Amino acid sequence: MATVKRKQLDRRWLFLFLFVGVALPLIFVIGLPIETSENARMVYDLVETTPPGSKVILSFDYDPGSKPELHPMATAVMKHCFDRDIKVIVTALWPMGVQMAEEIFSDIHDEYPNVKYGRDYVNLGFKAGGIVTIQSMGKQFREVFPEDMNGTSIDELPIMDGMKNFDNLSFVCSFSAGDPGIKQWVQVTHDKFNRPVTGGVTGVSAPAILPYVNAQQQLIGLLAGLKAAAEYELLSKSPGTATSGMDAQSIAHLIIIIFIVIGNINFWRDKKAEKRGE
Amino acid sequence: MKRKIPLIITFVVGVVLIFAEFIPHKPFGLISGELEKWYLIIAGFAIILGQLNLFKVNLFKIRYKQKNWQYFILTLVSFSIMVLCGIFWGTQNNPGVFGNGVAIVTAMGDKPFDYLFLNVYQHLSATMFSLLAFFIASAAYRAFIARTTESNLLLAAAILVMLGNTSMGSILTGWLPESLKFLHLPRISEFIMKYPNTAGQRAIMIGAGLGIIGSSLRIILGIERSYLGGK
Repeated sequence: MATVKRKQLDRRWLFLFLFVGVALPLIFVIGLPIETSENARMVYDLVETTPPGSKVILSFDYDPGSKPELHPMATAVMKHCFDRDIKVIVTALWPMGVQMAEEIFSDIHDEYPNVKYGRDYVNLGFKAGGIVTIQSMGKQFREVFPEDMNGTSIDELPIMDGMKNFDNLSFVCSFSAGDPGIKQWVQVTHDKFNRPVTGGVTGVSAPAILPYVNAQQQLIGLLAGLKAAAEYELLSKSPGTATSGMDAQSIAHLIIIIFIVIGNINFWRDKKAEKRGE
Repeated sequence: MKRKIPLIITFVVGVVLIFAEFIPHKPFGLISGELEKWYLIIAGFAIILGQLNLFKVNLFKIRYKQKNWQYFILTLVSFSIMVLCGIFWGTQNNPGVFGNGVAIVTAMGDKPFDYLFLNVYQHLSATMFSLLAFFIASAAYRAFIARTTESNLLLAAAILVMLGNTSMGSILTGWLPESLKFLHLPRISEFIMKYPNTAGQRAIMIGAGLGIIGSSLRIILGIERSYLGGK
């Protein structure tokens, strides 16, 4: 293979363009169109078809690092659950996940004054152990989480009445930034206990999780990155930070593509020059 | 003996758990349930052990003035402040040893731990993650060059997925008639992710799965002993 020494464009130009390209659309919202994908619709339909009064687990398996991508989708799903009178049980396989869930609940609580802690929503907190924790929850839920995050016994919380194992759940939804996360929920909750699992992941980890969205329905849909969060906001008719963030992401992608094209033009120009012996 | 006992424990626990997977009845089901509880307790202690180790390692680096030792002071100070704030005044709904620190909450608006978490940690963490975007962009600019057939394929797939995953894809090909909708960029992107990507990922997953089975058997049978430490 011919080795061509290219004159590289200073990458600081790329950084500058990217910074401006991300910052401006966040300040001046353009409102670019958003199209819904099949995976986002599957997640939406799962929540939409869950009967009111059902119990679901929302697992917050991320930390502030992935907050810009995962927080908007978690907010949209939690709001959708409250709209449908679905009872939300929050758990976290990541220590910071507890605060992420609390932040969402306190942010949206004013919109849902009828949602009462302990009756319609509970935060059980973080539990170390990853896949083994999920496995134990499936067998003996009350032993794994005898108290909520505030130290209140789950026997005193009406939402936990009759909650023994995964049979008492309609589905599990994991917002996952890595390991432990959605993969472990699929491997145990669906594969072992045969309960529906859905969720959302960061854009970079989506390719590794997408194979679980298959004919066996190991995963029912998947919200992949900010785009899917915006799609979910669109479907549930509650535009939020993902919708406005999509403008910035679209422009950023376009800038990267333009720079890739520039890089290729430089490469071919230099290659031609080398062939000519310049 | 020091090495034999852990090897025996590993073998017995490993074999029992494998049996419990296929025979979830007494006594295997009960034993595996009990072992799961033990694991959860150990995992809890592992967090404390991790914190102590972090403290020890950083202290060691400062003591022997290793390269950039000044940064490790910052780590230890930050770590200690967060731990002490949590112990003294607790978190949002949980009181600490000094109660809820009403006077501090009035002044700061939050408990010290929550204040630092919300106003310092969250933003620093998000900044670190956001910086990746700049490096990924730079890496994409340098790496996606049409040199060979393989790199051409990679380049084309990357551009199609990037466009399809944004609003740009919808704008560029949204006008296509129904008969040509299969050329719509979001659809092409969805196709690439659903078929070629899934096929490749499954191959990786099967390979990794077989690898995990192999190394687990090596550990259970005592062939692989590196987890015991030493040579």
